Amino acid sequence: MAWETVIGLEIHSQLNTKSKIFSGASTEYGAEPNTQACAVDLGLPGVLPVLNKEAVNMALRFGLAVNAKINQRSIFARKNYFYPDLPKGYQISQFEIPIVGKGAIGISTKEGGAKMVGITRAHLEEDAGKSIHDLYEDYSAIDLNRAGTPLLEIVSEPDMRSAREAVAYAKKIHALVQYIGICDGNMQEGSFRCDANVSIRKKDTEELGTRTELKNINSFKFLEKAINIEIERQQDILEDGDTVVQETRLYDAEKDETRSMRTKEEANDYRYFPDPDLLPVDIENELLTEIKNSLPELPTEKKNRFVSEFGLSDYDAENLTAQKPLADYYEAMLNDGAEAKVSANWVMGELSAALNKNQIDVQDSPISAKELSELVKRIGDDTISGKIAKDVFKAMWEGNGRVDDIIQNQGLKQMTDVGAIEGIIDGIIANNSEQVEQFKAGNTKLLGYFVGQVMKVTQGKANPKQVNQILNDKLS
Amino acid sequence: MSLNKEQVKEIAQLAKLSISDSEIEQSTIELNNILSLMAELGEIETDHVEPMSHPLDMSQRLREDVVSEADLSEEFQEIAPKTGKRHFLVPTVIE
Repeated sequence: MAWETVIGLEIHSQLNTKSKIFSGASTEYGAEPNTQACAVDLGLPGVLPVLNKEAVNMALRFGLAVNAKINQRSIFARKNYFYPDLPKGYQISQFEIPIVGKGAIGISTKEGGAKMVGITRAHLEEDAGKSIHDLYEDYSAIDLNRAGTPLLEIVSEPDMRSAREAVAYAKKIHALVQYIGICDGNMQEGSFRCDANVSIRKKDTEELGTRTELKNINSFKFLEKAINIEIERQQDILEDGDTVVQETRLYDAEKDETRSMRTKEEANDYRYFPDPDLLPVDIENELLTEIKNSLPELPTEKKNRFVSEFGLSDYDAENLTAQKPLADYYEAMLNDGAEAKVSANWVMGELSAALNKNQIDVQDSPISAKELSELVKRIGDDTISGKIAKDVFKAMWEGNGRVDDIIQNQGLKQMTDVGAIEGIIDGIIANNSEQVEQFKAGNTKLLGYFVGQVMKVTQGKANPKQVNQILNDKLS
Repeated sequence: MSLNKEQVKEIAQLAKLSISDSEIEQSTIELNNILSLMAELGEIETDHVEPMSHPLDMSQRLREDVVSEADLSEEFQEIAPKTGKRHFLVPTVIE
């Protein structure tokens, strides 16, 4: 039976404000337990929440960046449930009228096309604390430092049809929140969390199947795995003639499986109602205009500009603009006069590989954009070959100085003396009469062999273009 | 609209209230009295009235994003039933 997968994502993005959404406690990560939980965060009697202006501005930045409808009057509601890391017994969230309404964002599909994914809404809410279950035998330990940290929950439409599309969408949102400076995107620290609603239905039917909600996913890799495993599980159930139970399932990365959370609790009934402690939030037109004008160039705009201005392929432009710091690095190289396509290859190739291998962010790269652009320029003016450039890159990475010094000190400058290259080639032809005969008999693949020999003798310093040309002349 | 005993039990459970069977009986009657009183509101014509989310006709005041709270965790831990290594301790939530 042919099945179609339907996926919607709920993304919790921690807003990088200095203080909490409703209190003046610090949001800094990694503090000693409970040292950043004030009376408001603890829900002690007599306290009142007061909304953080910056959290509101950040939500608006997001809304405007995805062309969403902004609700200029939004309201906060209480979502009621009991759990020890939620001291008040309710979470302050938005229900009926969220600050950000319907919007959309474009993703690239496997087929190389583009697709719009609808954003249902994005609302402001407070994060809960953390429960630690493995510290004590008979107790759960509660750290409320995280309680009250501002979150923007971004809810998508069920528009994705594969795990791959879901990951593409999540990555787009991940890049966007960092571009517009509202979230640090750190998935390990939980600043950016994805829950996936997954269901399957028979192909070419309209009605949605019963969905499950997957939680506890802290990387894009796991997001893809968790969804694919869940799709398989649901297919097996339906093909056996059974029915999928609507429930929340946790992804276990170690066992690579999803499993049901204990569902002792009744069906969720959060009994939302407007929070009497908070008045409606009104957004003035002036503020919207101001925020709109302050938005930076967004990833899609940047990508399109890279294609039109620098003549890059869609693929290259997409990769280079996925992270703002990488795009900035690349543009700095071009501003310094490096050629666009060669620079793109170096940034996505050697540089990214070295950064990944050493787990360094591009902002902290030991090779600056200016230095890498020098290298690219030395390839462009035939001072060194692309192959030698890789050795120079390694030397630069290890801190052995600037491009021109390395080329000079290690004697890597490309040979441009035609006479000298010809001399070397004559010698090689004389010493390889067998291969010369074969070549002349039509085995033109042997050209590579001769080029290799020349490179060996010259330690890679001969200009490959010249070598090819001279070899062709002499062997024909 | 009226509630039956089962629904009242469920509401009690959601609110973490422990209510005896006889109290359920009484609560069901009382809640239904309240609901029938509320039902009278349904007779008022409200088609052109904007829903109100708060009795005060004002907007939320916003605060600047500034850290203003000192660390009072020691005082807060003192009034907690049980603490350990700076954590609040509660009966095990997950087995």
